Amino acid sequence: MENNQFVIGVIVSNVSGVLSRVSGMFTRRGFNIDCLTVGETESSGFSRITVVFHGDDEIKHRIVKQLEKLHDVKEVEVLDQHETVIRELLLIKVRNTPATRQDIMTAVEIFRSKIVDYSPTALICELTGETSKLDAFIELMKPYGIMEMCRTGMIAIERGDSCLKTEK
Amino acid sequence: MLINGAKIIVETLIEQGCDTVFGYPGGQVINLFDELYLNRNRINHILAAHEQGAAHAADGYARATGKVGVCIATSGPGATNLVTGIATAYLDSVPMVAITGNVPTSLIGRDSFQEVDIVGITMPVTKHNFIVKDIRELADTLRTAFKIAKSGRPGPVLVDIPKDIQTASWDFEAKKDPVRPYPLNFASEKKLRQAASMIMESERPYIYFGGGIISGKASSELLKLAEKIDAPMGCTLMGLSAVPSDNPKFLGMNGMHGHYASSVAQDEADLVIALGARFSDRATGDKKRFNKNFKIIHIDIDNAELDKNITANLSIEGDIKDALFRLIPMLPAVERPEWDKRIEELRAEEAERLERAAASEFAKKCENCTNPCTMTGIPAENRLDPYRIIDIISSKADEHDIVVTDVGQHQMWTAQRYPLKNPRTFLTSGGLGTMGYGLGAAIGASAAEGRRTVLFTGDGSFGMNLNELATAVSQNTPVVVVIMNNGVLGMVRQWQTLFFDKHYSNTTLARQTDFVKLAEAFGAKGARAFTAEELEKIAEEAFSGNSPFVIDCAVDCNEFVLPMLPPGGSIEDIITEIK
Repeated sequence: MENNQFVIGVIVSNVSGVLSRVSGMFTRRGFNIDCLTVGETESSGFSRITVVFHGDDEIKHRIVKQLEKLHDVKEVEVLDQHETVIRELLLIKVRNTPATRQDIMTAVEIFRSKIVDYSPTALICELTGETSKLDAFIELMKPYGIMEMCRTGMIAIERGDSCLKTEK
Repeated sequence: MLINGAKIIVETLIEQGCDTVFGYPGGQVINLFDELYLNRNRINHILAAHEQGAAHAADGYARATGKVGVCIATSGPGATNLVTGIATAYLDSVPMVAITGNVPTSLIGRDSFQEVDIVGITMPVTKHNFIVKDIRELADTLRTAFKIAKSGRPGPVLVDIPKDIQTASWDFEAKKDPVRPYPLNFASEKKLRQAASMIMESERPYIYFGGGIISGKASSELLKLAEKIDAPMGCTLMGLSAVPSDNPKFLGMNGMHGHYASSVAQDEADLVIALGARFSDRATGDKKRFNKNFKIIHIDIDNAELDKNITANLSIEGDIKDALFRLIPMLPAVERPEWDKRIEELRAEEAERLERAAASEFAKKCENCTNPCTMTGIPAENRLDPYRIIDIISSKADEHDIVVTDVGQHQMWTAQRYPLKNPRTFLTSGGLGTMGYGLGAAIGASAAEGRRTVLFTGDGSFGMNLNELATAVSQNTPVVVVIMNNGVLGMVRQWQTLFFDKHYSNTTLARQTDFVKLAEAFGAKGARAFTAEELEKIAEEAFSGNSPFVIDCAVDCNEFVLPMLPPGGSIEDIITEIK
């Protein structure tokens, strides 16, 4: 994580349009989103959105307050990066040639990645980790020929027993 | 009781205490209008000439009463015509519920006839909005809409109801009472104590209040505070009418076109106590320079306003009435003779500058003016000028009459000059600055309160939504429309004079509109005034009747709104005279 980057966890009602409301707030107030993910939570009526953005403390406070104003937003928390488990998933398709195969396999092993599809001309690696680890792996794969890739964006959850509540 | 969706809407509106709604029928609300017809003795529908007028009327109704205003439009163009009205209400924190019809759910997303995604369109200009896709949720969605609209910092909520939901049936039982707002947030005791000690340490405190005092019903607490700590008060455009204009502690609006004494006193203060105001760019000018000299205590119901535009030294989230009620006993009564003396000096200086501006060469000349000049030949003592118009009109009006404005020079002159007595008697589009706001709002305010409204407008603004004269006539609204007719779009022209080398691009109207004939064509009365004498007589007649009356007043196109803090400028840049 960069120094001026923040991760916030947002619990929202699981209703249609809620993603537009949250992402639209960022657009119309001129805040930049580095990455946004949304998914189910332990309770069916709520979704959890993880937003990563950069800026200073002032921007951070403004974003949190504007999010808290949205009717469908139930809880907002800026996650302490030292006390938070942050993960991202990468699927990357790399060219498979006899000359490069062994090097790719070595990198996969060192990064604790997994090969999840294999064909004579291409292979797909799956990698989970923090953003910097994924970035490093992608960098490493570049010389071998990246054919296609996608990453999920970050999800984050605080260590210990503190939780974002899905009840208000 | 099993009833259809259209009836559920009407029953829920009545349940929520709604006596009057404003709207315009159409294909996708025809079922709803059928129910409005059947229930016409229980709820009054006022037909506007255009949906925008209906939205402004609902807004005027809400601002005049503090109740939730309701407007209704059909899908597609009906819905999009509401948007400016909804945005106007959003920027000025006006509680409103807008109901739109939409195509049946099975046709949504297929670009059906008169289909738009009004929920998507209005997302950035509503507190929240809904589309109802299940008849079982209809009544509760409407109740939630009212709840959101009136909770905390009020605002508009839109509910989009597809036609098949209006025709489907479901069990409905009316609740005994309207929904209550969400519980208010109250200021923390610790922060109030901090505020009290900052006020006690201050030598030159200045109270800067906004529309939050009106929506928070905190006028009497505000006056007590000002009295007790012997502080002058200034306000935002939205704060006007919260305290009587003639209160000795009140210096008037500050900011871009605010009173000289009010803006300068703020700059010379060592502490600004901001109450229910949001430091808009029109109030602050250059934000880097704005609070160089003073500390700020900021109290607001909306946490997101704290430290948004200006970072305060102490930010307090909470209901303003409660906060002031608890803050006042923490403070000892003090007198500040030196600060009072300085304020009196500033008042005198303001009067002197006003006189100088009125006597300046510029004010007399019409150079570069291509308009046929209506002012020629009228002796100075009988000439109409903006302040004189306002003085004559206000002398005829009752203190309970509701003053409404459109947007532009006339709006600022009225804001500066009109003597207001009671909260909710000054309705103006502050945040959005919507030209064409006034006539609809006046109709809504009159319908709500059964009182006379006085609309100050310009020939530009009036031209935008004058079709609502038709509504004023059909409703026999007791509205006196005062047009400050200078033949130009005066506010933009003023900027062109000051900042664009007098390039009067598209601000000279050169229209041949006869507003008297126009009023008569709509079925209203009208008269034209060139001189103060004429206006006296015409106003006498206008205020003796109880139906729409249009007074077209001739105003020189070189009248300026002064003082002026140039956009992005600061107090040193204040213009009080055009040379």
